[in-house]
Amino acid sequence: MGKNLYQKVWSDHLVGTLENGQFQVFVALHLIHEVTSPQAFGMLKDKGLGVAYPKRTFATVDHIIPTDDQSRPFSDPMAERMMEVLSEATETHGIEFFQPNTGSQGIVHVVGPELGLTQPGMTICCGDSHTSTHGAFGCIALGIGTSQVRDVLASQTLAMDPLKVRRIEVTGELASGVTAKDVTLHIIRTLGVNGGVGYAYEYAGPVIDAMSMEERMTVCNMSIEGGARCGYINPDATTFEFLRGRERVPSGADFDAAVARWGSYASDVDAEYDDVVVIDGGAIEPTVTWGVTPGQAISINERIPDPALAAGLDQELMEDALRYMQLDSEAPIAGTKIDVAFIGSCTNGRLSDFKAVAEAIKGHQVANHVRAIAVPGSEKVDADAKALGLDHIFREAGFEWRKPGCSMCLAMNPDKLVGDEICASSSNRNFMGRQGSSTGRTLLMSPIMVAAAAVQGQVADARVVFDLKEVG
Amino acid sequence: MSEQLNRSGRGVYVQGNDIDTDRIIPARFLKCVTFDELGPALFYDERFDSDDLPKGHILDNPAHRGASVLVTDANFGCGSSREHAPQALQKFGIEVIIAESFAEIFHGNCTTLGMPCLVMPAEQRRALAGLVQQNPDAEFLIDIEQCTLIFANQSFAFGMKESAREAFLTGRFDPLNELLLGQEAIRSVAEKLGYAETV
Ligand code: SF4
Repeated sequence: MGKNLYQKVWSDHLVGTLENGQFQVFVALHLIHEVTSPQAFGMLKDKGLGVAYPKRTFATVDHIIPTDDQSRPFSDPMAERMMEVLSEATETHGIEFFQPNTGSQGIVHVVGPELGLTQPGMTICCGDSHTSTHGAFGCIALGIGTSQVRDVLASQTLAMDPLKVRRIEVTGELASGVTAKDVTLHIIRTLGVNGGVGYAYEYAGPVIDAMSMEERMTVCNMSIEGGARCGYINPDATTFEFLRGRERVPSGADFDAAVARWGSYASDVDAEYDDVVVIDGGAIEPTVTWGVTPGQAISINERIPDPALAAGLDQELMEDALRYMQLDSEAPIAGTKIDVAFIGSCTNGRLSDFKAVAEAIKGHQVANHVRAIAVPGSEKVDADAKALGLDHIFREAGFEWRKPGCSMCLAMNPDKLVGDEICASSSNRNFMGRQGSSTGRTLLMSPIMVAAAAVQGQVADARVVFDLKEVG
Repeated sequence: MSEQLNRSGRGVYVQGNDIDTDRIIPARFLKCVTFDELGPALFYDERFDSDDLPKGHILDNPAHRGASVLVTDANFGCGSSREHAPQALQKFGIEVIIAESFAEIFHGNCTTLGMPCLVMPAEQRRALAGLVQQNPDAEFLIDIEQCTLIFANQSFAFGMKESAREAFLTGRFDPLNELLLGQEAIRSVAEKLGYAETV
């Protein structure tokens, strides 16, 4: 019987067994940022410990950074303080820090892959749940808490329970106008927000195979929203081509050797899984959330479900969600008026996201009542987009084009919803209060669907708004 | 016997499935370089309105003040990996959490901080929640070794992730010291994988 990728990576990085039965696992790549990591350096200091493998940790700043004026000191003194603490700590311990204006700063899950730090077969950790993004490269990439950030800094290892592996096969072919974001929202809707607890998700099948690396990152990014500890996709030619020539990737003969090693991590054809789920990719439609968890999603042509048809607590949850969202059951989601449109985040803030939207919105205008912002995921995405003139197209259509950061994905910087504003968002969480106002409302959808909503001033089918023809 | 084996305290029931870490501690409170000040910010937007006036949340109900055992529903702690969430609970005074299920990263964070997460099937958990609402003065007696608890003269069995239970039984819920013991084994894995470079 063959092995799956998870088993291969796990056994390669296994250091030993701890007394409580957990396993000690070596961490190949550790990424840190200003929100969850500065406290870990404080914990190290309290214990008189240093950083064991500083060359295996890389830092960036993303959550708190303003996207309009990034000059220092930041206008928010606490944001400035967090920056200072991270700068000092990385300097003291010899950790590379991708500071703003170096060309390398950005959202941690955008920066790792674009520099080529993220490579197949690695165990990757970061004090951020969307570390699962890196699984797109065939990594076991885990979000961890601050105490574990401390553990990794001090020992380059982590105490872990093993995971089960569920293979999710997405069959067929996506219809035109249906994106990776719709695939991931559809999977979460189908398996539930805690359907993945205890599992690593292996995404596979023709739909996944046909995806670009950026699309694969979108899918793996939201594994955590489905309750899985991580998600991954087996490395293949698409993976290797993406990595070729990147700054931190070996070149020449070393690249070929690396490709051979990377490829060996892919799941064997006769690998065993704890569970297999098959999803019909051809049946997926543009998907939008109506509630306050990413699983409360429907396709654009459906009506908001009726809580009366659900049982027990689910019913209460749905009623709470509708009350919070100020939406009516059985109303169509299309036509829901929006106030704000946000394109960005580690889910959908990459070059291909902005390219796809730019192509569609040429000649269209954002509705008068809508505040629309586009926030590139990194300085590199920003530069590449500008080189293609995408920022102009966005501005002409009525979007603001901002500097890179997490921005309105979680609104720890000045970009926030006001009052009960409702936002069409390309990010990953629609939790209550997520976008910076305790009564603010979020509708998750793909970037192209956000653009359609921005133009129409209400939730709309991008395939109709932008006349996206069925191909083939 | 280790003090970790038995826990006691009064209870409070916070209702809701899928309570995410954004609700436990809203993002604006993550602006901190230590966790020390997080207690008062626990569930802030559920407890206070936009003028910072209390909304009458169960945690602020005088009858439940000082409760240290939090009973809730299913999938508690989902969402962001922020350790700020368990830290806020702990700093607020919560020592044990009982739910039908927990999100994994949150569960791991709680264990490392020494906060046991106890799991109960829906029916029993609901019965317990009812008792907690009716008996704000009653004390929990929690036996981690036996995986049983007594509350308001009724006894309940609970589940725990085995590695977490083991960690509390041995008092080694913080793995760092043990992780550091394996220096040589760590180095040999690092060398095998080509990551041995240090400063
Ligand atoms: S973009 Fe959003 S989800 Fe991604 S790292 Fe930033 S805050 Fe987290």
